[in-house]
Amino acid sequence: MSNGRKSERLVALALLGLLLFDYPLLSLFSSEGRVLGIPVLYAYLFAAWTTVIALIALIVRRS
Amino acid sequence: MLEPAFVLVASFAYLGLLFAIAHWGDRRAAAGRSVIARPSVYALSLAVYATSWTFYGSVGRAASTGVGFLPIYLGPTLMAALWWVVLRKIIRISKANRITSIADFVASRYGKSTLLGGLVAVIAVVGIVPYIALQLKAISNSFNLLLQHPDVASPLREPTSLLTDKALYVALVLAAFTILFGTRKLDATERHEGMVAAIAFESLVKLVAFVAVGCFVTFGLFGGFGDVFDRAAALPEAERLFTLGGPEAGYGSWLWLTLLSMLAIILLPRQFQVAVVENVDERHLDKAMWLFPLYLLAINVFVLPIALGGLVRFEGAGVDADFFVLAMPIAEGQDALALLAFLGGLSAATGMVIVEAIALSTMVSNDLVMPALLRARVARVTEGRNLRGLVLGIRRGTIVALLLLGYAYFRIAGETLALVAIGLMSFAAVAQFAPAILGGIFWRGGTRNGALAGLAAGFAVWAYTLLLPSFARSGWLPESFLEQGPLGIESLRPEHLFGLEGMDGISHGMFWSTLVNVGFYVGVSLFSRQSAAEHSQAALFVDAFREPRASASFWRGSASVADLRALLARFGDERRAAEALAGYEHGPGRASGDRADAELVHHVERLLAGSIGAASARVMIASVVDEEPLGIDEVMDILDETSQVIAHSRELEEKSRELEAATTELRAANARLQELDRLKDDFVSTVTHELRTPLTSMRAFAEILLDNPELPADERERFLRIVIDEIERLSRLINQVLDLSKIESGRADWNMAEVDLKEVIEDSAVATAQLFAERDAELTVRAPDGVPPVAADRDRVKQVVLNLLSNAAKFCAAERGEVAVELSLSGGVARVDVRDNGPGLAADDQRVIFEKFRQRGDAMTDRPQGTGLGLPISRQIVAHLGGELWVSSAPGRGATFSFTLPLARAGDPVGVDSGGG
Repeated sequence: MSNGRKSERLVALALLGLLLFDYPLLSLFSSEGRVLGIPVLYAYLFAAWTTVIALIALIVRRS
Repeated sequence: MLEPAFVLVASFAYLGLLFAIAHWGDRRAAAGRSVIARPSVYALSLAVYATSWTFYGSVGRAASTGVGFLPIYLGPTLMAALWWVVLRKIIRISKANRITSIADFVASRYGKSTLLGGLVAVIAVVGIVPYIALQLKAISNSFNLLLQHPDVASPLREPTSLLTDKALYVALVLAAFTILFGTRKLDATERHEGMVAAIAFESLVKLVAFVAVGCFVTFGLFGGFGDVFDRAAALPEAERLFTLGGPEAGYGSWLWLTLLSMLAIILLPRQFQVAVVENVDERHLDKAMWLFPLYLLAINVFVLPIALGGLVRFEGAGVDADFFVLAMPIAEGQDALALLAFLGGLSAATGMVIVEAIALSTMVSNDLVMPALLRARVARVTEGRNLRGLVLGIRRGTIVALLLLGYAYFRIAGETLALVAIGLMSFAAVAQFAPAILGGIFWRGGTRNGALAGLAAGFAVWAYTLLLPSFARSGWLPESFLEQGPLGIESLRPEHLFGLEGMDGISHGMFWSTLVNVGFYVGVSLFSRQSAAEHSQAALFVDAFREPRASASFWRGSASVADLRALLARFGDERRAAEALAGYEHGPGRASGDRADAELVHHVERLLAGSIGAASARVMIASVVDEEPLGIDEVMDILDETSQVIAHSRELEEKSRELEAATTELRAANARLQELDRLKDDFVSTVTHELRTPLTSMRAFAEILLDNPELPADERERFLRIVIDEIERLSRLINQVLDLSKIESGRADWNMAEVDLKEVIEDSAVATAQLFAERDAELTVRAPDGVPPVAADRDRVKQVVLNLLSNAAKFCAAERGEVAVELSLSGGVARVDVRDNGPGLAADDQRVIFEKFRQRGDAMTDRPQGTGLGLPISRQIVAHLGGELWVSSAPGRGATFSFTLPLARAGDPVGVDSGGG
């Protein structure tokens, strides 16, 4: 894969991350519910964070 | 176990271990077997980002705002994804130009400007001092907490005299340690392999310590994550902690913190040091891009359980949440774990202080002190003794001064602020570099003046909106400064500038400082000119990934090799100076006596820049070189020549593209002409053929009549009738050919008016009634009232309808023939359908019948029943009137000819003759 394509993918991922980590998507999860005993907001943030890291690794590995 | 002496011994033993690791790292590096030349160590060294702010402060912030601590780690994760684009370029540029600090980077980008480098160094020092104070505060507070065990309540800090204040000794010990680590030698690359190894080790220690405490709290004190959150849910502030919102954890400040930390992760001097200066191989970035965020994730997993667990455990006990990490093991009597936590915090703090102080001391000596010395006492400094000692002395002095400054800030303001608040202030300070650096590597147009104006303005606003309020909070400035504004001017209140409300302090400060910084940087850049040096540096930075350019061509002059060697020797030693030049002197075609060419001078300048910074190196080189720096005019000439060549070749390319396009057009036009010519020939021969057929038959019958005068009267009459029929057909044909050519050439007369289609259809039905009767076919007309009139020429429309009806009459089924005419309104246009129940048309025929002289049926066997011009003419008429004519059919299912006409809208100037088309 060319450097250009790799850069494009990573920039797109950063934008996706910014979207996932911030208002308004974030506000959807700001509630008092629990997932497996963990507050929804915490669970969402850590899940989204893990996903972004995994995607970085995936993009880097595949190039 | 936690006796003061023991803790002290343990701390020094730990520092000693670090030093041993550093020593080992340096030895390995010298032996050419680097321990840090692997991506995982690079990622761990980047984790110097996690300071005692992370180790202690995150828990403190989590205890008051829930997830409010997270943006500081989410931002770097996002930036890590962008490292491939941003950081890789910075590394590439820095390696190519031997850049060793942020100040150097900025100075170098904007034409090796001494002034700019100095400004960046000042901002970095002022901005980072509070951050160093934060580390001192963390170390001394955690030490105090250990000493008063098992009591964990935060002690009221009684004013201590300078000599008994532990923080002062912490500062001095750290200064000594940093000097040992970072300034033992002066190296052209300014890399410290041993230090990086020690930092990577420290990153491991703090992770292990934090996770150990986290596990102990979550699984030892509580029954797992669910249990912690269950018990925390009973706290009065639970709702606030589990959700977002409120003044301190609103979405606005969340976004600002994300952006701020995105910038901090590349712009903090220590991050620049480990990520850029200490980088061994830029390919290490690949792995670090996900390993580093993963580290941050791992160290943050237990922040919330510790914070919430602490709130539950110490409810109302007056324990500072900033130190829950340490207080929990102490309160539970876990002395060993408490010591591990303390060492973890110590790792976090010392790692930060060491790297930051080294980075800042490089900056201060290369971009602040050296240029000042060179300027003030040029004669003494540039001539004479070896300057290695001087440079190292400046750096050591800087390190001590930095830590004492940090201590001073700690005494003035540190006690009143939370760890996080101090750290964020420093983040905001280094964020001021963003426009000059990010703009500098992606935008060629940024100028020195723009960068100067932006940095100065941004820094001033930062100091006013963030630094001064922190002084005011600590009572160093009057409270009224915050409440009523300076001199009582309300609109200048530092935390509500111009009356701006609804933002927390850090967002407010970031907003204003970013606004003026970017504004001035872009604005002034757009309205100022770059000097020659700026111009070439800008190109060098922005095009870092392109082929290296011969930057030496921007310089003319000469120097003796001996002078250059002497210069190098003064910042290193004779042997290394000779080595550095050896490769160059014996390079191909280079041994031109003892005069150095431009390239060699540049090489030496780069080597020097590694030791004393780009701006200072420039000055030193200038002192031994008979320089004829190119004026802006000459550089422009060189650039002009190049750009003219480029422009010419572009023009040529453009020309040849135009020519190609013209050729293609001509070829197409020629093909079209040939096609038209062929069509004309076809038309003429078809018309001739069509004319000859009736003429031949007329002539044949006329000859019969002439040769046989005794023919019976009825026979004679029959023959004459045929002749007349043929003449009629002939004249109809000629009329139609003329008609068609008139329409096609646009010379036909059109009497436009509002035409009622229902009336036209009924008239046509009457006119063709005889025809249908002859063929025994039935014609049904369905023309409802209420279809608005169309704008058309009545006679022409009637011609079309008549043509379709007579065609339908001809081709409907021979027995029980049925033809239906239907008028309707569809999609804003009037539509007429003429349906027959004849044999239908194959797909090919459907296209062909609209061509001239093509008729339905087999031309070879059937006698032509029309002229073959009716449908082409009808289609031309409908098209001219703005409608469409088409056929839909399938063999055996009859055919439907349909046409549409646009409605005459009220108000349209209908009725005006648009004659002539």
